[in-house]
Amino acid sequence: MTSIVKPRIAHPSLPKNELGMTRRQYEGAMSTLCAGCGHDSVTAALVEACWGLSLRPEQLVKLSGIGCSSKTTAYFVGGAHGFNGVHGRMPSVATGANAANRELVYVGVSGDGDSLSIGLGQLAHAIRRNVNMLYIIENNGVYGLTKGQFSASADVGTKSKKGDANTQTPVDPVLLALTLGATFVARSFSGDKRQLVPLIQAGMRHQGFAIIDVLSPCVTFNDHEGSTKSYAFTREHYHPAVEADFVPRAAEIAVDYAEGASTVVDLHDGSRVRLRKLDPDYDPSDRAAAYAYIERRLRDGEYVTGLIHVGDGAASELHAVNQTSTTPLNRLPYEALSPGPEALGRLMARFR
Amino acid sequence: MQPTDTGQPDFFHQVVDCQWACPAHTDVPEYIRLIAQGRFGDAYLVNRESNVFPGILGRVCDRPCEPACRRGRVEEKPVAICRLKRVAADHREDVSDRLPRAPTEGNGRRIACIGAGPASLTVANDLLPLGYAVTVFEQYALTGGLMRTNIPAFRLPAAVLDDEIGAILAMGADLRLGTPVASMRALLEGGEFDAVFVGSGAPKGKELRLPGRADSDRIHIGIDWLHSIAFGHTAKIGERVLIIGVGNTAMDCCRSALRLGARDVKVMARKSRRFFKASEWELEDAEGEGVEIVINHAPKAFVIEDGRLTGMRFDVLEYQVEGERIVGERVTGERLIPCDDVILAIGQENAFPWIERDLGIEFDEWQVPKVDARTFQSTRPGVFFGGDAAFGPKNIIWAVEHGHQAAISIHRHCHGLPVAERPPRGVTLASRKMGLHEWSYKNDYNPAERRLVPHVALAERFKKIRIEVELGFTPEQTALEVQRCLNCDVQTVFQAKLCIECDACIDICPVDCLTITANGSEAELGERLKAPRRNPAAPLYVSAPLPQTARVMVKDEDLCVHCGLCAERCPTAAWDMQKSTVRIPHASDDEAPCQQPSRRKSA
Repeated sequence: MTSIVKPRIAHPSLPKNELGMTRRQYEGAMSTLCAGCGHDSVTAALVEACWGLSLRPEQLVKLSGIGCSSKTTAYFVGGAHGFNGVHGRMPSVATGANAANRELVYVGVSGDGDSLSIGLGQLAHAIRRNVNMLYIIENNGVYGLTKGQFSASADVGTKSKKGDANTQTPVDPVLLALTLGATFVARSFSGDKRQLVPLIQAGMRHQGFAIIDVLSPCVTFNDHEGSTKSYAFTREHYHPAVEADFVPRAAEIAVDYAEGASTVVDLHDGSRVRLRKLDPDYDPSDRAAAYAYIERRLRDGEYVTGLIHVGDGAASELHAVNQTSTTPLNRLPYEALSPGPEALGRLMARFR
Repeated sequence: MQPTDTGQPDFFHQVVDCQWACPAHTDVPEYIRLIAQGRFGDAYLVNRESNVFPGILGRVCDRPCEPACRRGRVEEKPVAICRLKRVAADHREDVSDRLPRAPTEGNGRRIACIGAGPASLTVANDLLPLGYAVTVFEQYALTGGLMRTNIPAFRLPAAVLDDEIGAILAMGADLRLGTPVASMRALLEGGEFDAVFVGSGAPKGKELRLPGRADSDRIHIGIDWLHSIAFGHTAKIGERVLIIGVGNTAMDCCRSALRLGARDVKVMARKSRRFFKASEWELEDAEGEGVEIVINHAPKAFVIEDGRLTGMRFDVLEYQVEGERIVGERVTGERLIPCDDVILAIGQENAFPWIERDLGIEFDEWQVPKVDARTFQSTRPGVFFGGDAAFGPKNIIWAVEHGHQAAISIHRHCHGLPVAERPPRGVTLASRKMGLHEWSYKNDYNPAERRLVPHVALAERFKKIRIEVELGFTPEQTALEVQRCLNCDVQTVFQAKLCIECDACIDICPVDCLTITANGSEAELGERLKAPRRNPAAPLYVSAPLPQTARVMVKDEDLCVHCGLCAERCPTAAWDMQKSTVRIPHASDDEAPCQQPSRRKSA
């Protein structure tokens, strides 16, 4: 926790985005997380990503549950909408909000406890329904707020701060999301903004449910020797399989890769993701192969990072499947939202 | 790049921009913190250690520190350093028992100081406590040199001069007023002195040889005219006055003219405002009193009718400017401006008719003595020059620094040590961390704007020439202005071996001055900084390779506001806030034996 407030002054030559705003104008309240928390770096990546997309703050909806991770939403884009839900219930709130107004950009920030323990059922159904949102799991393998017990994502054999080894098998959010049919699945590391920022931008622009599992070390309870989610361990066992560059709508792809190992994925709003495969055998469009690859690497103790799987999410997206109105509910006239007793009668007649 | 060697005294010194820019290296942030605590006497003594005349300089210093001030880079205006110095001087309690004193027994060496201006007085100030017998020769009946004769009393009251000069003389200097040195030969051959310091200033105003110059007694040399006001010989002037030249002397002349009865005062400048020599604030003060500054007028002739000066003719000029340089000029017309008096303020120079040219003291083709820029020794060992006498007109704070350096040289010369070898500078660092979130300095960034010093009302100030115009900061203004100082001497110190590369410092830094990146050349690192590098001259602070990835931490020192958030957010204390104290040696710190240990450490 910091007692000094971050001064309002900024570097005078900070670049401005299309809206004439600097990165500093996308910040939120001062973080009260521990100094050195990975989550604060995720916050910084979110700030950078939103600034880079020239997002108007009022276009953004930030949602979270309970936990250290879920405090993140207070720390970026102060002018955005926000909802801090009950423990593990953020996906329901996100689904409802998205159903009511499909024109906003939804970013949920959760943790391994909030998403993989108490909220696992909620997460599973948000993926299954293919809610158009970006879902970030700040994954540190421990319950930080309750002083460092193992969470559902703790690896077998990882040591607690007091020296006990974990014996229970972990839930891996990436494998989970692949199984449930997510069309944008990524893993990254809070300490690698070069990788994380474009992933966040692409995830926000992806049509459908996009999940990023961010390894985000707990500096207080899980950054010791013997931990498999410390800064040092993550850096050593960190295996970028695919490098993703986010290419905004108007920009041309300026750089050519000689090896020809790059492929371009179009996102629905005209922007693109350019993928560079760092492992020639890896194919991010093949879900089954991606699953096998990740599982094999996990068994070897390696975190495969990057955009692990990307597919077409538009057809199975919540609104597409339910054929909802293209206009957000708050802009529909009252008569359309509440068509009156005659319309109700006609509807009821269909069931007689 | 190689890891930055922070043990080298200059690295952290140049981060403290004000102290680095000050010729005498006054420890500005330290004394501003003392003022903030209401410790005016302590603040005064910190000042006095380096600049000797805090009360005088707090009014009339040329303030090289202020344009350098870091605050001026993140905001429009720098900290009002000079005005805070005056607060310390004006409100100090009695510190006389904490001033340096001469030992009861001398060291037997005798030093002659020629001129009782700031350079000579600084030499006396540094050498008297070491047991030297110092004799000060002054041609006039009053001390202070150009500080008294050229700076009008409405900017610098005589009482302030008397007080601070008195403190030096009270150590036991042999002051000989009204005693011009007529012959350097006689002085040297008299054998009375072990060393001679020439601090006789630059007392000769430049002439403007134009038609009509010799035909009127209403054409004055600026510094001579100011001198005669200071000594009470001149008390009035005509209604319409032209000042030729636009330096600080011109500003003093035009404002003095207003106080002697002039109604229409014009300062005639040859070039446009961006090329003016006068300090911006002196121009503002003059214009605030109703002086008109006329640009692009080159003097051509004095107009004399019936033996009386009636005006002056000027060429009106137009310049071609490329960037900051004038590349061509052209006359576009002629203009006659009527006037009753003309004051020439186009520069001044040093002059030594009293130094014989066969004494081994060499002069160059412009009759300027050849003086070593580090030791201030002339080509004759044992004869030293300082202040305006050494390198022509500069300003008081430079004269003080010359005096300090010359005192070191004289001390070494008198003890048979080589004067070219100088005592080394040093730096010490001490952490300001008090607890988890506690620092022993106030690091909150206060967004207050620069305070403006209150002035005596226009109607009041012209009643007498000796009414000091500036009133000094009020207590409320002082309390706010001190908070604008960024404590640049509380340094961000980095220990690479502790870093876990969590990015916390980089994410929190309000001015984006930190970057973790692969090492490279300075140009490459400059390209990879998180925010653009604005000033390539400002140093990059580069760490040793970091333990986990072998990348390096790079800090662009240029815009750091020393808020300490990097250290506050660092989980491993790899960043720490440490106060740097730069040790600037004076004569008493030298290896030559001293009669009595120095009493200069004050706070």
